[in-house]
Amino acid sequence: MSAHAEAHHGPPIANQSSRVDSATLGMLLFIASEIMLFGSFFTIYFFVRVVNNAPEWPPEPFHLPVFVAGVNTIILVTSSFTIHWALQSIKRGNRAGLQAGLVLTIALGLTFLLTQAREYSRIGFAPHDGAFGSTFYGLTGLHGAHVFVGLTILTFAAIRAFRGHFTSEEHRGVEIAGIYWHFVDVMWIVVYTTVYIL
Amino acid sequence: MINPLRSEAEAYRFLLLTVGYFAAIAIAALVIGTWAGVIVFLVLTVAAAVYVARAHRTEPPRQTVTSRRGSEHERRILVIANETVGGERLRDEIRRRSEGYEEQVLVVTPALNSPLRHWASDEDGARVEAQKRLNASLDRLRALGIAAKGEVGDGEPLQAMEDALRLFGADEIIISTHPEGRSHWLEKNVVESARERFAVPITHVVVDLEAEREDVQEPTSETR
Repeated sequence: MSAHAEAHHGPPIANQSSRVDSATLGMLLFIASEIMLFGSFFTIYFFVRVVNNAPEWPPEPFHLPVFVAGVNTIILVTSSFTIHWALQSIKRGNRAGLQAGLVLTIALGLTFLLTQAREYSRIGFAPHDGAFGSTFYGLTGLHGAHVFVGLTILTFAAIRAFRGHFTSEEHRGVEIAGIYWHFVDVMWIVVYTTVYIL
Repeated sequence: MINPLRSEAEAYRFLLLTVGYFAAIAIAALVIGTWAGVIVFLVLTVAAAVYVARAHRTEPPRQTVTSRRGSEHERRILVIANETVGGERLRDEIRRRSEGYEEQVLVVTPALNSPLRHWASDEDGARVEAQKRLNASLDRLRALGIAAKGEVGDGEPLQAMEDALRLFGADEIIISTHPEGRSHWLEKNVVESARERFAVPITHVVVDLEAEREDVQEPTSETR
C-alpha cells in the first residue's frame, strides 16, 4: 500500500491481485507454458502423420503396445483419484489419509514410469528410426519427464506430510502438487488417445 | 479474467471431463469409424465452447470482512474513484460517514487501460497516469481537511475494490462516479455488481465535477 507522500523510485509497484493465490497462479502460468511445449510436440506429430499419409497408422513396421499403454493409462488416472483423496483427507484434518494418498500416488506414478521404461525396452524401434520413432519417443519421453518431475514434487509433499506439515487450513503444498499431477494426467490422456488409439 | 482451474478440485473435475471427452472420441472412431470420431470431436468441442461461453460463475458475494484494525472509534472508509474524488459531494459524504469517529480513508484509483494494452500487459503508462490522478485527488482531500492515503489499483474497478478490501479491512465503501450518461462505471453496473459481491455497506456518490467547477470556479480540476 503506497502512501501518497512516499517517494517511489524504479518501476511501478507490481499490482497483486487477490483473485488467485500467487503460488497457485504461478503453477497455473507454468502449466500454461507447458501446454505450449506439448502443443509444439503435437504439432510435429500431426505434421509427420499428415505428410506420411500412410494407409495405416502407425506405419509399417511400427507397432505400439496399445493394451499395455492402456493399463498404464488406468494406473495414471487412478493416481489422480488418490491425490484428490489425499487433499480431501487433509482438508478434513485426516493426516493418515493424506499420507496414504500421497504414498499411493507416488507408487502408482512410479509404476507408470517403470512400465513405460519396460515398454521402451521391448517396443522394437528407437528414436532414430525415422520420423515416427522420433515423434513417438519425443512425445512420450516429454510426458515421462513430467511424470518424473511430478513424482519429485509429490515426494517432497509426502516427506512434509510425514513430518507433520499441512493442516486442514494450510495445505497449499499438496494443492499445487495436485494441480500439476492432474495436468500430467490430462496430457497423458491426450498423448495416449492421439498416439496409441487414433 | 476468471480462471477455470483455481484449485486442485477444479483441476480434478477437468481431468474427469477430459477422460470422458477423449473416451467418447476414441470409442466412436474405433467402433464406427474415423469420421464418426471426427463428428464426435466436433460436437463435443462445440458443446464445450458454447458451455464455456454461456456459463457464468455464480459465486456468492465475497465475504470481505477482514480483521478489525485500529480502535473502536475508528472508521475505515475505502473510496473508489477514478477522477471524481475531489468533488465536494464526496468530501461531504466522507465527513458525514466518519462523524464521531476517527476517519481512516483509503482512496483507490483504478489504472484504467485500453483492452489492447491490457492484453499486451502494457499497463505501466496507465498506472503512471492513475498515480497522477491519485496524487491530485489526495491533495484536494487533504486541502479539505481529510487525511487520506491512496494507492493505484487494478484496472477493473471491482477487482481493485477486492484487492484493497483484503489489505485495508474497510468498514464501508464509497464509489464515486460521474453523473449518469457520463460515467462508464454506471454503464457497466459497477455499483450494483459491487453490492452483490461485497458484504460491506456501499455508498454511491455522484459527483458532477463540471457543475462544481462552475460553482466554485476551481481552475485546477482535472478532466479526462
